[in-house]
Amino acid sequence: MTVLLTTPSPSLPPPSNSVGIVGWLRKNLFSSLLNSILTCVGLYIVYRIVPPALNWALFQADWVGTSKEACTSDGACWVFVGVRIKQFLFGFYPSSEYWRVVTSFSLVGVLVAWLLIESTPKKGIVAAFTIFCYPIIAYFLFYGGAFGLPVVETYKWGGLMLTLILATIGMFCALPIGIVLALGRRSSMPIAKSFSVIFIEFWRGVPLITVLFMSSVMLPIFMPEDLQIDKLLRALIGIIFFQSAYMAEVVRGGLQAIPKGQYEAAEALGLSYWKSMVFVILPQALKLVIPGIVNTFIALFKDTTLVLIIGLFDLLAVVQAAFADPKWLGFSVEGYVFVASVYWVSCFSMSRYSQHLEKKLHTGHAR
Amino acid sequence: MTTVQAGQQVSDEVMVELRGVNKWYGDFHVLKNINLKVYKGERIIICGPSGCGKSTLIRCMNRLEEHQEGDIVVSGITLDDDLKHIDKVRRDIGMVFQQFNLFPHLTVMENCCLAPVWVQKKPRKEAEATALKFLNRVQIADQADKFPGQLSGGQQQRVAIARSLCMNPSIMLFDEPTSALDPEMIKEVLDVMVDLAHEGMTMLCVTHEMGFAKTVANRVLFMDAGEIIEENDPDEFFDNPQSDRTKLFLSQIL
Repeated sequence: MTVLLTTPSPSLPPPSNSVGIVGWLRKNLFSSLLNSILTCVGLYIVYRIVPPALNWALFQADWVGTSKEACTSDGACWVFVGVRIKQFLFGFYPSSEYWRVVTSFSLVGVLVAWLLIESTPKKGIVAAFTIFCYPIIAYFLFYGGAFGLPVVETYKWGGLMLTLILATIGMFCALPIGIVLALGRRSSMPIAKSFSVIFIEFWRGVPLITVLFMSSVMLPIFMPEDLQIDKLLRALIGIIFFQSAYMAEVVRGGLQAIPKGQYEAAEALGLSYWKSMVFVILPQALKLVIPGIVNTFIALFKDTTLVLIIGLFDLLAVVQAAFADPKWLGFSVEGYVFVASVYWVSCFSMSRYSQHLEKKLHTGHAR
Repeated sequence: MTTVQAGQQVSDEVMVELRGVNKWYGDFHVLKNINLKVYKGERIIICGPSGCGKSTLIRCMNRLEEHQEGDIVVSGITLDDDLKHIDKVRRDIGMVFQQFNLFPHLTVMENCCLAPVWVQKKPRKEAEATALKFLNRVQIADQADKFPGQLSGGQQQRVAIARSLCMNPSIMLFDEPTSALDPEMIKEVLDVMVDLAHEGMTMLCVTHEMGFAKTVANRVLFMDAGEIIEENDPDEFFDNPQSDRTKLFLSQIL
């Protein structure tokens, strides 16, 4: 028998119980007896945990006041954080100079936002300014010693300001160094290759605490007396080397995922090694490893808390130091929750931005 | 073995010359004493069974592979370890790959402009005009702003040809340009290549498209086990193969 359809069949809407909220509930929460029970148990647990937590943190919390006596209710005492917020943000930076820190961070905030938002013009100039001019401006703003700005020694730096300085400088230096190390490790030149391998394996093989400890305690012993490198700088270099070794391996993973044909096509067109890396290989490789890069950034951001063991007062260390204040005993939970939220918001923002970036850079099926 | 018959478009200017070329992969002797002269305007088809060294042969001509013995001279430049020589040769030779190898993070237009802008230092405007000209020629100018991943295989390969042409090469190498394509897309790529041949481009093409070989080639090389077994004009090659290995090969693919 021959079948011949002369007109195409019309498309019908799906059955009503498979779409919308009801469909979603049926499919995801109540698809079987066991799943229905699990859903109910889950809801009960959420009910027992979330409302009390919200009550403690928000509804029954004390927000205003200047001393411990203001905290009368059962909830959290955010007065503790409020009173000490300047120390948490700036450490022991002199309060008359706070504007310098604020200016510097606002400036970098504007610059980074300019670069990240798609529709802004003149990105090239702004990027060059951020990379080459901003660090100099920031150095004089933070440290002073020029343009009539009094010097603020680095041991006075602390709190969130120190955390952000360590993290941003760490990230902006670790990524390029990591890329160069990854290229070096894949290079056919024996010296570049062995240098990269030794560097990466050495720094990856030691714990960050050891690195910081060595930089702070051991290094000065071996250095001549008149050559004193700032403790913060030493810690920073340690963090950068340590994280760039991790970054190198992340980037190498991306480089290895690029098909050989891409290298060959670039070569066949006459592109030199560096040009083919910059225009062809790295854009693809880095795009592939965005999750790994952000992972390393997040780890770096949180690892900066380890500087407290060498006596640098980052956000966590400053908050912990505040617990010892006899006027404010017993508020460590509030302190830790505050620190945790600052870290979480920062790390979650990085994660979200990286997901946005991945979507934006997706150009169809990569070959 | 008959000698090469120079057609009307073929001059006696030698574009590529291979003298006693040998190459090994480890212990494997992949090219054995290859001697070959390619004249300006010639269209040479290289065929042979899988693993016979035909791809390796043309990949040696732009130094994607290194040969260990013998001389390769391209447009008067001897290929050796000197990076400047390699660079000059690569600017003069375009190459089209089996897997297209377009850059997936760049649009079609950017793929075509990358090398002219960064290798030949052309102003971007001029490079774009040239790119548009060649994209028009391969009939894909309307897709210039798309990414390679949004195009079909045949379209991608035509873009790859345009990308090579943007560097104004005097020699084009094709490494099995249609082998990765669906049957209905092979023709659109071959049509572009036939056009190119009619314009007098010097072409070396590794392919199993025997119809194409008959239409455009003025010489067919048959390779087996790293050697050029037979070299003839296409009519003679297909109608009257000399060696047993050629006969066997032709009986398998035709």
